[in-house]
Amino acid sequence: MGEFAYMVLIDPFVQMFELPDFFVQVIWEGFVGGVLYSLIALGFVLIFKASGVFNFAQGIMVVFAALTLVGLNAMGVQAHLALVLTVVVMLVLAFSVERLVLRPLVNQPDIILFMATIGLTYFLIGFGELLFGGEPKIMISDQLGLPSGAVDFDILGGLVSLQKIDIAAIFIAGAMVAVLAVFFDKTRIGRALRAVADDHQAALSVGISLSTIWVVVWFTAGIVALTTGIMWGARSDVSFALQIVAFKALPVLILGGFTSIPGAIVGGLIIGIGEKIGEVYWGPLVGGSIESWLAYFIALIFLMFRPQGLFGEKIIERV
Amino acid sequence: MFYREVGQFKTNYRADQSIFPIRQDRIAIGALLIAAFIVAPLIMNDFWLNSIMIPFLIFALAAIGLNILTGYCGQISLGTGGFMGVGAYACYKLTTIFPDTNIILLILISGIFSAGIGVIFGIPSLRIKGFYLAVATLASQFFLEWAFGRIAWLYNYNDSGAIEVPTRKILEFAVTGPTASPVVRYLVVLSIVVFLTWIASNLVRGRIGRMWMAVRDHDIAAELMGVHLLRTKLMAFAVSSYYCGVAGALMVFLWLGAAEVESFDINQSFLILFMVVIGGLGSLVGAFIGAAFIWILPIFLRAAPGVFGFEIGAATVEHLNFIVVGALIIIFLIAEPNGLARLWQTAKQKLRVWPFPY
Repeated sequence: MGEFAYMVLIDPFVQMFELPDFFVQVIWEGFVGGVLYSLIALGFVLIFKASGVFNFAQGIMVVFAALTLVGLNAMGVQAHLALVLTVVVMLVLAFSVERLVLRPLVNQPDIILFMATIGLTYFLIGFGELLFGGEPKIMISDQLGLPSGAVDFDILGGLVSLQKIDIAAIFIAGAMVAVLAVFFDKTRIGRALRAVADDHQAALSVGISLSTIWVVVWFTAGIVALTTGIMWGARSDVSFALQIVAFKALPVLILGGFTSIPGAIVGGLIIGIGEKIGEVYWGPLVGGSIESWLAYFIALIFLMFRPQGLFGEKIIERV
Repeated sequence: MFYREVGQFKTNYRADQSIFPIRQDRIAIGALLIAAFIVAPLIMNDFWLNSIMIPFLIFALAAIGLNILTGYCGQISLGTGGFMGVGAYACYKLTTIFPDTNIILLILISGIFSAGIGVIFGIPSLRIKGFYLAVATLASQFFLEWAFGRIAWLYNYNDSGAIEVPTRKILEFAVTGPTASPVVRYLVVLSIVVFLTWIASNLVRGRIGRMWMAVRDHDIAAELMGVHLLRTKLMAFAVSSYYCGVAGALMVFLWLGAAEVESFDINQSFLILFMVVIGGLGSLVGAFIGAAFIWILPIFLRAAPGVFGFEIGAATVEHLNFIVVGALIIIFLIAEPNGLARLWQTAKQKLRVWPFPY
């Protein structure tokens, strides 16, 4: 028993101190994973804030966007043109979702809308596979001008190796969040978006069109999904196995709160780094692969103390 | 022979409170039971029993389980697949340890283990609500999936990591294992499902069911009226997981014959959730209708191109299948958000006033 307590409570920390370069590497890996989780969660939050829909299809939109990009390229379209076309496809998707799914389901209970997005998930899986085939594909990162290779640093008496694509991913993610922040803060439509997020009825009463806003948020979420898809696809490959990543974004969401963009980012980083450290230092004790559920337990522990997530709006209930 | 309750007078409360107060309903349900128990085994071939009737009944039972939690008590759960797995693995271990005990008894007992796990994962529901809870139940799903794959004791340390159902006999009839005939398995499944449905229908219309529904409609209001929230929610988790566990044990022992971790993954949870929502939240009939719809639709879709003389590759059919199921789910939600059970209710109401609806 004492030995087990040593293995759980002390040994991992000893390892961290003995090999600090490896520890930094682990944190870096977790950080990059966390950024990508944040991006998926960001798509969720955008839609949840503006329409109150728990969009289960966000993960599939990531795959679908990446698949469209790669598929179009495989059909002979030049890479950057394919990128533009994919953006158009995401716009069409946003329009059709608003017109065919959201509008007829206005005022239905949350669970019905949630189920509808699961239906949308199935539809997109089938549609994407039918058009572009189900086999894993390689992301066209070279054609898009994304860097490859690694940068090595000699620090802490060892070697820390950073993939260039990961660095690029972090910069692009940061840029996108900045652009979104400016978009929300400074533009007319961004202000309308925040008004809708605050109160649907009040927004309607000052003349904001809900359906336009919904198209805009679904489109924005589509762009976020496309970016995430490119980044994640460049790290591994493009296939529907990517949707398992979407399940990782869910604990990020509950950790950060459904309604908070900073929450999605901070939550993503906590989950990304936490699960990597847990997997590397504590995973072997229980047989490994604990990554699949550790994120949920981290989120659950936070949730026990703050049921609305770290940054979520306080839930006030009246009888 | 009209569908009317006119002239059927009740002279005591007992009769008034019976499950089927209308005589025509009693006749219909009697006919249905006779058809299910006697006619179906006689006229259906092995394919029908094996790939349609048995899975349909098992999924209906799981859907009842989830419906108790989500439809009656209002707690969204995405961990159904995991709870079904607990039942299946518990039953497997039980029959390994007690090989001579009646297998039906073991299947019913294995649900208790599932109920225990359900209660543990239900504890956060007291603090966490709505979609936050739904995501929290995913923790149970992924943790249980991991445990089934990693804890070798659960599958008796065999190399494949899968569980193989041994042959177990009751009165010289093989009930489980490769030699069991579909008819025997069908009858066993049917009996268990009918029995548990009867229990559930009594639970949900009694005091406990009303407590669940009060919590579903507004938990704080329910608490103010004296409903013990912790006890009520945990009871819903326990009963729901019990049903799911029994369904899982039935699925492995009387239908699939073998199972591995993938049988209880997240897609299974979604499948059951579809059945519940399409069938109708808070309706036992809905669980059956939803299970029939969601289970039989893909079979029909796979067979349909062949019937109409189209030749389509198997992969394409699979993709089309996804598209059609996804689209149909959205269409059904738009057409009738209260589920197919509401259509059934409407039809019954129309029948009652027919032919003079005004």
